[in-house]
Amino acid sequence: MTNPVTNLRVEDKLYQNRYLVDSGRPHIRVRPHEQPSANLLALTRVCPAKCYELNDKGQVEITADGCMECGTCRILCETSGEIEWNYPRGGFGVLFKFG
Amino acid sequence: MINEEFDAIVIGAGMSGNAAAYTMASDGLKVLQLERGEYPGSKNVQGAIMYANMLEKIIPDFRDDAPLERHLVEQRLWVMDESSHTGIHYRSEDFNEVKPNRYTIIRAQFDKWFSRRVREAGATVLCETTVTELVRDDKGKVIGVGTDRAGGAIYADVVVLAEGVCGLLGTRGGLRKMLTPEAVALAVKEMHFLPEEVIEQRFGVKGSEGCVIEAVGTISHGMAGLGFLYTNKESISLGIGCLVSDFTAKMESPYALLDALKNHPSIRPLIAGSEVKEYAAHLIPEGGYKAIPQLFGDGWVVVGDAAQLNNAIHREGSNLAMTSGRIAAEAIIQVKKRHDPMTKRNLALYKTMLDESFVVKDLRKYKDMPALLHNNAGNFFTTYPRLMSEAAQNFMRVDGTPKIEKEKATTAAFIKARSRLGLVSDAIRLALAWR
Repeated sequence: MTNPVTNLRVEDKLYQNRYLVDSGRPHIRVRPHEQPSANLLALTRVCPAKCYELNDKGQVEITADGCMECGTCRILCETSGEIEWNYPRGGFGVLFKFG
Repeated sequence: MINEEFDAIVIGAGMSGNAAAYTMASDGLKVLQLERGEYPGSKNVQGAIMYANMLEKIIPDFRDDAPLERHLVEQRLWVMDESSHTGIHYRSEDFNEVKPNRYTIIRAQFDKWFSRRVREAGATVLCETTVTELVRDDKGKVIGVGTDRAGGAIYADVVVLAEGVCGLLGTRGGLRKMLTPEAVALAVKEMHFLPEEVIEQRFGVKGSEGCVIEAVGTISHGMAGLGFLYTNKESISLGIGCLVSDFTAKMESPYALLDALKNHPSIRPLIAGSEVKEYAAHLIPEGGYKAIPQLFGDGWVVVGDAAQLNNAIHREGSNLAMTSGRIAAEAIIQVKKRHDPMTKRNLALYKTMLDESFVVKDLRKYKDMPALLHNNAGNFFTTYPRLMSEAAQNFMRVDGTPKIEKEKATTAAFIKARSRLGLVSDAIRLALAWR
Protein backbone atom coordinates (compact mmCIF):
# COMPACT_ATOMS: atom_id res chain seq x y z
CA MET A 1 0.00 0.00 0.00
CA THR A 2 1.50 3.33 -0.95
CA ASN A 3 1.35 6.06 1.56
CA PRO A 4 -0.07 9.28 0.15
CA VAL A 5 1.08 11.45 3.03
CA THR A 6 4.86 11.17 2.76
CA ASN A 7 7.21 13.57 1.02
CA LEU A 8 4.77 16.44 1.19
CA ARG A 9 6.18 19.91 0.88
CA VAL A 10 5.82 22.03 3.99
CA GLU A 11 3.52 24.38 2.06
CA ASP A 12 1.13 21.46 1.59
CA LYS A 13 1.34 20.58 5.27
CA LEU A 14 0.43 24.12 6.27
CA TYR A 15 -2.50 24.06 3.87
CA GLN A 16 -4.17 21.59 6.29
CA ASN A 17 -4.07 24.18 9.06
CA ARG A 18 -6.51 26.94 9.90
CA TYR A 19 -5.25 30.50 10.12
CA LEU A 20 -6.81 33.89 10.61
CA VAL A 21 -4.19 36.16 9.09
CA ASP A 22 -4.04 39.72 10.42
CA SER A 23 -3.46 41.32 7.02
CA GLY A 24 -0.89 44.09 6.98
CA ARG A 25 0.08 43.48 10.62
CA PRO A 26 2.73 40.73 10.66
CA HIS A 27 3.59 39.66 14.21
CA ILE A 28 7.23 38.98 13.33
CA ARG A 29 9.62 41.34 11.56
CA VAL A 30 13.21 40.85 10.43
CA ARG A 31 15.53 43.80 10.99
CA PRO A 32 17.06 45.04 7.72
CA HIS A 33 20.56 43.65 7.34
CA GLU A 34 23.37 43.27 4.83
CA GLN A 35 24.32 39.72 5.75
CA PRO A 36 22.42 37.40 8.09
CA SER A 37 24.07 36.03 11.24
CA ALA A 38 24.47 32.26 11.62
CA ASN A 39 21.31 32.02 13.75
CA LEU A 40 19.23 34.13 11.36
CA LEU A 41 20.45 32.10 8.42
CA ALA A 42 19.62 28.88 10.30
CA LEU A 43 15.97 29.95 10.46
CA THR A 44 15.67 29.28 6.73
CA ARG A 45 16.12 25.61 7.67
CA VAL A 46 14.93 25.37 11.27
CA CYS A 47 11.60 27.26 11.15
CA PRO A 48 9.04 24.44 11.07
CA ALA A 49 6.70 26.49 8.86
CA LYS A 50 9.49 27.57 6.50
CA CYS A 51 8.50 31.20 7.00
CA TYR A 52 12.07 32.40 6.49
CA GLU A 53 13.67 32.48 3.06
CA LEU A 54 16.76 33.94 1.46
CA ASN A 55 16.22 36.64 -1.17
CA ASP A 56 18.44 37.30 -4.22
CA LYS A 57 20.76 39.50 -2.17
CA GLY A 58 21.41 36.79 0.40
CA GLN A 59 19.26 38.48 3.04
CA VAL A 60 16.68 36.66 5.14
CA GLU A 61 13.05 37.61 4.64
CA ILE A 62 9.94 36.45 6.47
CA THR A 63 6.40 35.73 5.39
CA ALA A 64 4.67 35.00 8.67
CA ASP A 65 1.28 33.87 7.29
CA GLY A 66 1.97 30.16 7.92
CA CYS A 67 3.57 30.74 11.33
CA MET A 68 2.54 28.24 14.01
CA GLU A 69 3.74 30.61 16.77
CA CYS A 70 6.18 28.07 18.20
CA GLY A 71 8.73 30.73 19.15
CA THR A 72 11.86 28.99 17.83
CA CYS A 73 12.97 32.06 15.88
CA ARG A 74 12.44 34.22 18.94
CA ILE A 75 14.72 31.96 21.00
CA LEU A 76 17.42 32.21 18.33
CA CYS A 77 17.20 35.80 17.14
CA GLU A 78 15.28 38.10 19.49
CA THR A 79 18.08 38.75 21.98
CA SER A 80 20.38 39.93 19.19
CA GLY A 81 17.66 42.25 17.90
CA GLU A 82 17.61 40.62 14.47
CA ILE A 83 13.94 39.88 14.73
CA GLU A 84 11.03 41.48 16.54
CA TRP A 85 8.52 38.93 17.80
CA ASN A 86 5.07 39.42 19.24
CA TYR A 87 1.98 37.30 19.59
CA PRO A 88 -0.63 38.07 16.93
CA ARG A 89 -3.55 40.18 18.11
CA GLY A 90 -6.14 38.24 20.08
CA GLY A 91 -8.03 35.77 17.88
CA PHE A 92 -5.59 36.04 14.95
CA GLY A 93 -2.88 33.64 13.83
CA VAL A 94 -2.91 29.87 13.83
CA LEU A 95 -6.05 28.11 15.10
CA PHE A 96 -5.29 24.49 15.93
CA LYS A 97 -8.25 22.17 15.40
CA PHE A 98 -6.51 19.33 17.22
CA GLY A 99 -3.29 20.71 18.68
CA MET B 1 -13.91 47.86 29.28
CA ILE B 2 -13.64 45.89 32.52
CA ASN B 3 -13.96 48.14 35.54
CA GLU B 4 -14.33 45.43 38.15
CA GLU B 5 -11.36 44.36 40.21
CA PHE B 6 -10.57 40.68 40.49
CA ASP B 7 -9.01 38.50 43.15
CA ALA B 8 -6.88 36.90 40.46
CA ILE B 9 -6.15 37.21 36.76
CA VAL B 10 -4.95 34.06 35.03
CA ILE B 11 -3.07 34.57 31.77
CA GLY B 12 -3.54 31.62 29.46
CA ALA B 13 -6.06 28.78 29.14
CA GLY B 14 -3.76 25.79 28.84
CA MET B 15 -3.34 23.03 31.39
CA SER B 16 -1.73 25.13 34.13
CA GLY B 17 -3.98 28.16 33.63
CA ASN B 18 -7.15 26.08 33.61
CA ALA B 19 -6.06 24.20 36.73
CA ALA B 20 -5.31 27.47 38.54
CA ALA B 21 -8.50 29.23 37.40
CA TYR B 22 -10.68 26.22 38.24
CA THR B 23 -9.17 25.76 41.70
CA MET B 24 -9.50 29.42 42.65
CA ALA B 25 -12.99 29.88 41.18
CA SER B 26 -14.21 26.70 42.92
CA ASP B 27 -13.13 28.20 46.21
CA GLY B 28 -15.15 31.34 45.54
CA LEU B 29 -12.41 33.67 44.35
CA LYS B 30 -13.31 36.18 41.69
CA VAL B 31 -11.22 35.04 38.73
CA LEU B 32 -10.66 36.48 35.27
CA GLN B 33 -8.90 34.26 32.75
CA LEU B 34 -7.50 35.76 29.54
CA GLU B 35 -6.71 33.67 26.45
CA ARG B 36 -5.30 34.98 23.19
CA GLY B 37 -6.75 32.19 21.02
CA GLU B 38 -10.19 32.21 19.43
CA TYR B 39 -11.14 29.40 21.81
CA PRO B 40 -9.24 27.70 24.64
CA GLY B 41 -6.90 25.18 23.05
CA SER B 42 -6.58 26.92 19.71
CA LYS B 43 -2.94 27.82 20.45
CA ASN B 44 -2.06 24.74 22.45
CA VAL B 45 -0.09 21.75 21.20
CA GLN B 46 0.79 18.54 23.00
CA GLY B 47 1.52 14.89 22.03
CA ALA B 48 -0.69 14.18 23.97
CA ILE B 49 -0.80 11.87 26.99
CA MET B 50 -2.78 13.00 30.02
CA TYR B 51 -2.18 11.50 33.45
CA ALA B 52 -5.38 10.88 35.36
CA ASN B 53 -4.08 11.18 38.90
CA MET B 54 -3.15 14.86 38.54
CA LEU B 55 -6.47 15.78 36.97
CA GLU B 56 -8.40 13.77 39.57
CA LYS B 57 -6.93 16.00 42.25
CA ILE B 58 -8.57 18.95 40.50
CA ILE B 59 -11.73 17.49 38.91
CA PRO B 60 -12.38 14.06 40.50
CA ASP B 61 -15.27 13.20 38.16
CA PHE B 62 -13.51 14.26 34.94
CA ARG B 63 -14.12 10.85 33.33
CA ASP B 64 -17.87 11.61 33.19
CA ASP B 65 -17.61 14.10 30.37
CA ALA B 66 -13.99 14.89 29.44
CA PRO B 67 -13.10 14.14 25.81
CA LEU B 68 -10.64 11.27 26.30
CA GLU B 69 -9.31 9.33 23.32
CA ARG B 70 -7.84 5.99 24.49
CA HIS B 71 -6.59 4.66 27.82
CA LEU B 72 -3.11 3.22 27.49
CA VAL B 73 -2.56 -0.50 27.91
CA GLU B 74 0.71 -0.75 26.02
CA GLN B 75 3.89 1.29 25.84
CA ARG B 76 6.69 0.60 23.38
CA LEU B 77 10.11 2.12 23.90
CA TRP B 78 12.12 1.81 20.72
CA VAL B 79 15.75 2.34 19.81
CA MET B 80 15.91 2.82 16.06
CA ASP B 81 18.55 2.81 13.38
CA GLU B 82 17.98 3.39 9.67
CA SER B 83 16.35 0.02 9.00
CA SER B 84 15.36 -1.42 12.36
CA HIS B 85 13.98 -0.92 15.81
CA THR B 86 14.93 -2.72 19.02
CA GLY B 87 12.33 -2.36 21.68
CA ILE B 88 11.00 -2.91 25.14
CA HIS B 89 7.25 -3.35 25.08
CA TYR B 90 5.15 -3.33 28.18
CA ARG B 91 1.51 -4.29 27.97
CA SER B 92 -0.66 -5.26 30.88
CA GLU B 93 -4.27 -6.20 31.41
CA ASP B 94 -3.89 -4.38 34.73
CA PHE B 95 -4.17 -1.11 32.77
CA ASN B 96 -7.75 -2.08 31.89
CA GLU B 97 -9.03 -0.75 35.20
CA VAL B 98 -12.16 1.10 36.23
CA LYS B 99 -10.21 4.32 36.54
CA PRO B 100 -7.34 4.08 34.03
CA ASN B 101 -4.07 5.87 34.76
CA ARG B 102 -3.17 7.38 31.39
CA TYR B 103 -5.15 8.56 28.39
CA THR B 104 -4.35 10.00 25.01
CA ILE B 105 -6.15 13.28 24.43
CA ILE B 106 -6.53 15.87 21.67
CA ARG B 107 -5.68 19.17 23.25
CA ALA B 108 -7.96 21.52 21.33
CA GLN B 109 -10.94 19.37 22.35
CA PHE B 110 -9.75 18.66 25.88
CA ASP B 111 -8.98 22.32 26.58
CA LYS B 112 -12.45 23.39 25.45
CA TRP B 113 -13.93 20.93 27.95
CA PHE B 114 -11.59 22.06 30.74
CA SER B 115 -12.46 25.68 30.02
CA ARG B 116 -16.18 24.92 30.22
CA ARG B 117 -15.57 23.44 33.67
CA VAL B 118 -13.63 26.60 34.61
CA ARG B 119 -16.58 28.78 33.58
CA GLU B 120 -19.03 26.53 35.42
CA ALA B 121 -16.88 26.95 38.52
CA GLY B 122 -17.56 30.68 38.28
CA ALA B 123 -14.55 32.18 36.52
CA THR B 124 -14.90 34.75 33.75
CA VAL B 125 -13.07 33.54 30.64
CA LEU B 126 -12.24 36.07 27.94
CA CYS B 127 -10.82 34.72 24.68
CA GLU B 128 -9.30 36.57 21.70
CA THR B 129 -7.47 38.75 24.18
CA THR B 130 -3.70 39.01 24.10
CA VAL B 131 -2.17 40.37 27.29
CA THR B 132 0.44 42.91 26.24
CA GLU B 133 1.88 44.07 29.56
CA LEU B 134 1.93 43.63 33.29
CA VAL B 135 0.77 46.72 35.15
CA ARG B 136 2.78 47.62 38.26
CA ASP B 137 2.43 50.11 41.08
CA ASP B 138 5.20 52.58 41.96
CA LYS B 139 6.90 49.96 44.14
CA GLY B 140 7.03 47.44 41.28
CA LYS B 141 4.25 45.16 42.55
CA VAL B 142 2.20 43.62 39.75
CA ILE B 143 -1.35 44.93 40.15
CA GLY B 144 -2.96 44.03 36.84
CA VAL B 145 -2.56 43.61 33.10
CA GLY B 146 -2.93 45.58 29.90
CA THR B 147 -4.44 43.85 26.85
CA ASP B 148 -4.84 44.48 23.13
CA ARG B 149 -8.52 45.22 23.67
CA ALA B 150 -9.69 48.80 24.08
CA GLY B 151 -10.49 49.96 27.57
CA GLY B 152 -7.26 50.05 29.52
CA ALA B 153 -5.84 48.01 32.33
CA ILE B 154 -7.62 45.33 34.35
CA TYR B 155 -6.70 45.02 38.03
CA ALA B 156 -6.35 42.09 40.41
CA ASP B 157 -4.69 41.21 43.72
CA VAL B 158 -2.54 38.62 42.00
CA VAL B 159 -1.64 37.64 38.43
CA VAL B 160 -1.05 33.97 37.58
CA LEU B 161 1.27 33.73 34.58
CA ALA B 162 0.22 30.56 32.77
CA GLU B 163 1.41 31.97 29.49
CA GLY B 164 3.13 28.88 28.12
CA VAL B 165 6.63 28.09 27.01
CA CYS B 166 7.25 31.35 25.13
CA GLY B 167 6.34 33.40 28.17
CA LEU B 168 6.62 36.83 26.58
CA LEU B 169 5.24 38.74 29.55
CA GLY B 170 7.55 37.19 32.10
CA THR B 171 10.71 37.47 30.02
CA ARG B 172 9.96 41.01 28.83
CA GLY B 173 8.84 42.04 32.28
CA GLY B 174 12.18 40.92 33.73
CA LEU B 175 10.63 38.20 35.88
CA ARG B 176 12.76 35.48 34.30
CA LYS B 177 15.39 35.03 31.64
CA MET B 178 14.80 34.17 28.03
CA LEU B 179 15.00 30.43 27.25
CA THR B 180 18.29 29.38 25.68
CA PRO B 181 18.44 27.14 22.57
CA GLU B 182 20.09 24.38 24.65
CA ALA B 183 17.22 24.33 27.14
CA VAL B 184 14.32 23.96 24.75
CA ALA B 185 13.22 21.41 22.16
CA LEU B 186 11.24 22.07 19.00
CA ALA B 187 8.71 19.35 18.25
CA VAL B 188 6.62 18.93 15.11
CA LYS B 189 3.60 16.69 14.85
CA GLU B 190 1.02 15.53 12.35
CA MET B 191 -2.48 14.21 12.95
CA HIS B 192 -3.00 11.10 10.82
CA PHE B 193 -6.61 10.01 10.53
CA LEU B 194 -7.54 6.36 10.07
CA PRO B 195 -10.73 4.38 10.69
CA GLU B 196 -11.08 3.18 14.29
CA GLU B 197 -10.99 -0.51 13.30
CA VAL B 198 -7.76 -0.03 11.32
CA ILE B 199 -6.06 1.44 14.39
CA GLU B 200 -7.37 -1.41 16.52
CA GLN B 201 -6.05 -4.03 14.08
CA ARG B 202 -2.65 -2.43 13.58
CA PHE B 203 -1.93 -1.98 17.28
CA GLY B 204 -3.77 -5.01 18.63
CA VAL B 205 -6.14 -3.01 20.80
CA LYS B 206 -9.91 -3.04 21.23
CA GLY B 207 -12.55 -0.62 22.47
CA SER B 208 -10.90 2.37 24.06
CA GLU B 209 -7.55 0.65 24.62
CA GLY B 210 -4.54 2.50 23.28
CA CYS B 211 -0.87 2.04 22.53
CA VAL B 212 2.03 4.49 22.41
CA ILE B 213 5.47 4.26 20.89
CA GLU B 214 8.35 6.48 21.93
CA ALA B 215 11.61 6.19 20.05
CA VAL B 216 15.19 7.42 20.06
CA GLY B 217 17.98 6.69 17.64
CA THR B 218 19.20 7.70 14.24
CA ILE B 219 15.77 9.20 13.53
CA SER B 220 17.07 12.38 15.21
CA HIS B 221 20.12 12.57 12.90
CA GLY B 222 22.62 12.73 15.76
CA MET B 223 20.67 15.37 17.68
CA ALA B 224 19.23 14.93 21.17
CA GLY B 225 15.65 14.05 20.29
CA LEU B 226 12.62 11.82 20.62
CA GLY B 227 10.05 10.47 18.18
CA PHE B 228 6.56 9.54 19.28
CA LEU B 229 3.44 7.84 17.98
CA TYR B 230 0.25 7.99 20.06
CA THR B 231 -3.00 6.27 19.15
CA ASN B 232 -6.17 8.31 19.46
CA LYS B 233 -9.68 7.02 18.76
CA GLU B 234 -9.66 7.73 15.04
CA SER B 235 -6.24 9.23 14.54
CA ILE B 236 -2.56 8.81 15.23
CA SER B 237 -0.42 11.65 16.58
CA LEU B 238 3.02 11.25 15.04
CA GLY B 239 5.86 13.60 15.83
CA ILE B 240 9.49 14.21 16.59
CA GLY B 241 11.35 16.80 18.62
CA CYS B 242 15.00 17.80 19.08
CA LEU B 243 16.87 20.53 20.93
CA VAL B 244 16.74 23.90 19.18
CA SER B 245 20.52 24.26 19.63
CA ASP B 246 21.04 20.98 17.75
CA PHE B 247 18.64 21.91 14.92
CA THR B 248 20.54 25.17 14.55
CA ALA B 249 24.06 23.72 14.66
CA LYS B 250 23.16 21.04 12.11
CA MET B 251 20.91 23.25 9.97
CA GLU B 252 18.29 20.49 10.02
CA SER B 253 14.65 21.04 9.06
CA PRO B 254 12.11 19.60 11.48
CA TYR B 255 9.64 18.73 8.71
CA ALA B 256 12.34 16.76 6.86
CA LEU B 257 13.02 14.82 10.05
CA LEU B 258 9.29 14.11 10.44
CA ASP B 259 8.99 12.95 6.83
CA ALA B 260 11.97 10.64 7.30
CA LEU B 261 10.31 9.19 10.40
CA LYS B 262 7.09 8.63 8.45
CA ASN B 263 9.05 6.75 5.81
CA HIS B 264 10.96 4.58 8.28
CA PRO B 265 10.17 0.90 7.57
CA SER B 266 9.03 0.42 11.18
CA ILE B 267 6.62 3.39 11.13
CA ARG B 268 5.39 3.51 7.55
CA PRO B 269 3.08 0.47 7.74
CA LEU B 270 1.48 1.84 10.93
CA ILE B 271 0.27 5.03 9.24
CA ALA B 272 -0.28 3.68 5.72
CA GLY B 273 -3.36 5.10 4.04
CA SER B 274 -3.92 7.82 6.61
CA GLU B 275 -5.24 11.29 5.92
CA VAL B 276 -3.25 14.12 7.52
CA LYS B 277 -5.49 16.85 8.87
CA GLU B 278 -3.07 19.05 10.78
CA TYR B 279 0.60 19.91 11.10
CA ALA B 280 1.67 21.56 14.34
CA ALA B 281 4.86 22.78 15.98
CA HIS B 282 5.62 23.68 19.56
CA LEU B 283 8.50 24.30 21.94
CA ILE B 284 9.09 22.08 24.97
CA PRO B 285 11.14 23.27 27.96
CA GLU B 286 13.98 20.78 28.48
CA GLY B 287 16.26 22.55 30.94
CA GLY B 288 14.92 20.61 33.92
CA TYR B 289 15.57 21.45 37.56
CA LYS B 290 18.45 23.82 36.92
CA ALA B 291 16.36 25.91 34.53
CA ILE B 292 13.45 26.56 36.92
CA PRO B 293 13.18 30.35 37.18
CA GLN B 294 11.98 32.57 40.02
CA LEU B 295 8.44 31.26 40.60
CA PHE B 296 6.82 34.10 42.54
CA GLY B 297 7.10 37.81 43.27
CA ASP B 298 5.10 40.80 44.43
CA GLY B 299 1.66 40.24 42.96
CA TRP B 300 2.54 37.33 40.65
CA VAL B 301 3.26 33.62 40.34
CA VAL B 302 4.32 31.63 37.27
CA VAL B 303 3.13 28.07 36.52
CA GLY B 304 3.42 25.32 33.89
CA ASP B 305 5.62 25.53 30.81
CA ALA B 306 6.27 29.23 31.45
CA ALA B 307 8.02 28.08 34.63
CA GLN B 308 9.83 25.38 32.59
CA LEU B 309 8.22 22.65 34.69
CA ASN B 310 8.70 19.74 32.32
CA ASN B 311 10.18 16.30 32.96
CA ALA B 312 12.00 15.54 29.72
CA ILE B 313 13.14 12.07 30.79
CA HIS B 314 9.63 10.81 31.49
CA ARG B 315 8.05 12.99 28.82
CA GLU B 316 5.72 14.51 31.40
CA GLY B 317 4.65 18.11 31.05
CA SER B 318 0.92 18.65 31.29
CA ASN B 319 0.69 16.89 34.65
CA LEU B 320 3.40 19.14 36.06
CA ALA B 321 1.54 22.08 34.51
CA MET B 322 -1.79 21.09 36.05
CA THR B 323 -0.23 20.40 39.42
CA SER B 324 1.73 23.66 39.54
CA GLY B 325 -1.44 25.55 38.56
CA ARG B 326 -3.43 23.84 41.30
CA ILE B 327 -0.74 24.36 43.95
CA ALA B 328 -0.28 28.04 43.03
CA ALA B 329 -4.04 28.47 43.34
CA GLU B 330 -4.11 26.73 46.73
CA ALA B 331 -1.31 28.97 47.98
CA ILE B 332 -3.16 32.06 46.78
CA ILE B 333 -6.35 30.82 48.48
CA GLN B 334 -4.47 30.39 51.77
CA VAL B 335 -2.95 33.87 51.61
CA LYS B 336 -6.37 35.30 50.75
CA LYS B 337 -8.09 33.49 53.65
CA ARG B 338 -5.56 34.97 56.07
CA HIS B 339 -6.45 38.40 54.63
CA ASP B 340 -2.77 38.90 53.86
CA PRO B 341 -1.52 40.91 50.86
CA MET B 342 -0.22 39.08 47.75
CA THR B 343 3.39 40.04 48.41
CA LYS B 344 6.51 38.15 47.40
CA ARG B 345 6.99 37.05 51.01
CA ASN B 346 3.47 35.62 51.26
CA LEU B 347 3.44 34.04 47.80
CA ALA B 348 6.65 32.16 48.65
CA LEU B 349 4.17 29.64 50.07
CA TYR B 350 3.60 28.47 46.46
CA LYS B 351 7.26 27.48 46.07
CA THR B 352 7.34 25.82 49.49
CA MET B 353 4.32 23.71 48.54
CA LEU B 354 5.67 22.95 45.05
CA ASP B 355 9.05 21.85 46.46
CA GLU B 356 7.18 19.28 48.54
CA SER B 357 5.30 17.90 45.53
CA PHE B 358 6.40 15.36 42.92
CA VAL B 359 6.89 18.24 40.48
CA VAL B 360 10.12 19.58 41.95
CA LYS B 361 11.21 16.27 43.49
CA ASP B 362 11.15 14.55 40.06
CA LEU B 363 12.93 17.41 38.33
CA ARG B 364 15.61 17.44 41.04
CA LYS B 365 16.19 13.69 40.57
CA TYR B 366 17.12 14.21 36.93
CA LYS B 367 18.89 17.54 37.34
CA ASP B 368 22.04 16.34 35.49
CA MET B 369 20.31 14.50 32.64
CA PRO B 370 19.70 17.45 30.27
CA ALA B 371 23.41 18.34 30.15
CA LEU B 372 24.47 14.70 29.79
CA LEU B 373 22.17 14.04 26.84
CA HIS B 374 22.93 17.38 25.22
CA ASN B 375 26.71 16.92 25.45
CA ASN B 376 26.68 13.29 24.29
CA ALA B 377 23.94 13.35 21.67
CA GLY B 378 26.10 11.61 19.06
CA ASN B 379 26.76 8.62 21.32
CA PHE B 380 23.35 8.21 22.91
CA PHE B 381 21.25 8.92 19.82
CA THR B 382 23.36 7.48 16.98
CA THR B 383 26.30 5.26 18.05
CA TYR B 384 24.51 3.15 20.64
CA PRO B 385 21.31 2.67 18.61
CA ARG B 386 23.40 1.40 15.66
CA LEU B 387 25.38 -0.91 17.96
CA MET B 388 22.19 -2.27 19.51
CA SER B 389 20.74 -3.02 16.10
CA GLU B 390 23.95 -4.75 14.98
CA ALA B 391 24.09 -6.80 18.16
CA ALA B 392 20.45 -7.88 17.88
CA GLN B 393 20.79 -8.79 14.23
CA ASN B 394 24.03 -10.66 14.87
CA PHE B 395 22.30 -12.60 17.65
CA MET B 396 19.24 -13.50 15.58
CA ARG B 397 20.65 -14.14 12.15
CA VAL B 398 21.60 -17.83 11.73
CA ASP B 399 24.41 -18.08 9.19
CA GLY B 400 26.81 -20.83 10.26
CA THR B 401 29.07 -18.51 12.26
CA PRO B 402 29.93 -20.14 15.59
CA LYS B 403 28.13 -18.37 18.48
CA ILE B 404 31.39 -17.66 20.26
CA GLU B 405 32.61 -15.70 17.25
CA LYS B 406 29.32 -13.80 17.05
CA GLU B 407 29.64 -12.72 20.66
CA LYS B 408 33.24 -11.66 20.14
CA ALA B 409 32.20 -9.61 17.11
CA THR B 410 29.50 -7.79 19.09
CA THR B 411 31.87 -7.01 21.98
CA ALA B 412 34.52 -5.83 19.52
CA ALA B 413 32.00 -3.55 17.78
CA PHE B 414 31.11 -1.82 21.08
CA ILE B 415 34.77 -1.39 22.04
CA LYS B 416 35.71 -0.13 18.60
CA ALA B 417 32.92 2.44 18.64
CA ARG B 418 33.36 3.76 22.16
CA SER B 419 36.57 2.14 23.65
CA ARG B 420 36.51 0.25 26.94
CA LEU B 421 36.99 3.44 28.92
CA GLY B 422 34.26 5.20 26.93
CA LEU B 423 31.75 2.42 27.59
CA VAL B 424 32.45 2.40 31.31
CA SER B 425 32.38 6.18 31.57
CA ASP B 426 29.09 6.42 29.60
CA ALA B 427 27.52 3.83 31.92
CA ILE B 428 28.74 5.59 35.06
CA ARG B 429 27.68 9.04 33.88
CA LEU B 430 24.25 7.75 32.93
CA ALA B 431 23.85 5.97 36.26
CA LEU B 432 24.91 9.06 38.21
CA ALA B 433 22.58 11.36 36.32
CA TRP B 434 19.70 8.90 36.73
CA ARG B 435 20.19 8.44 40.44
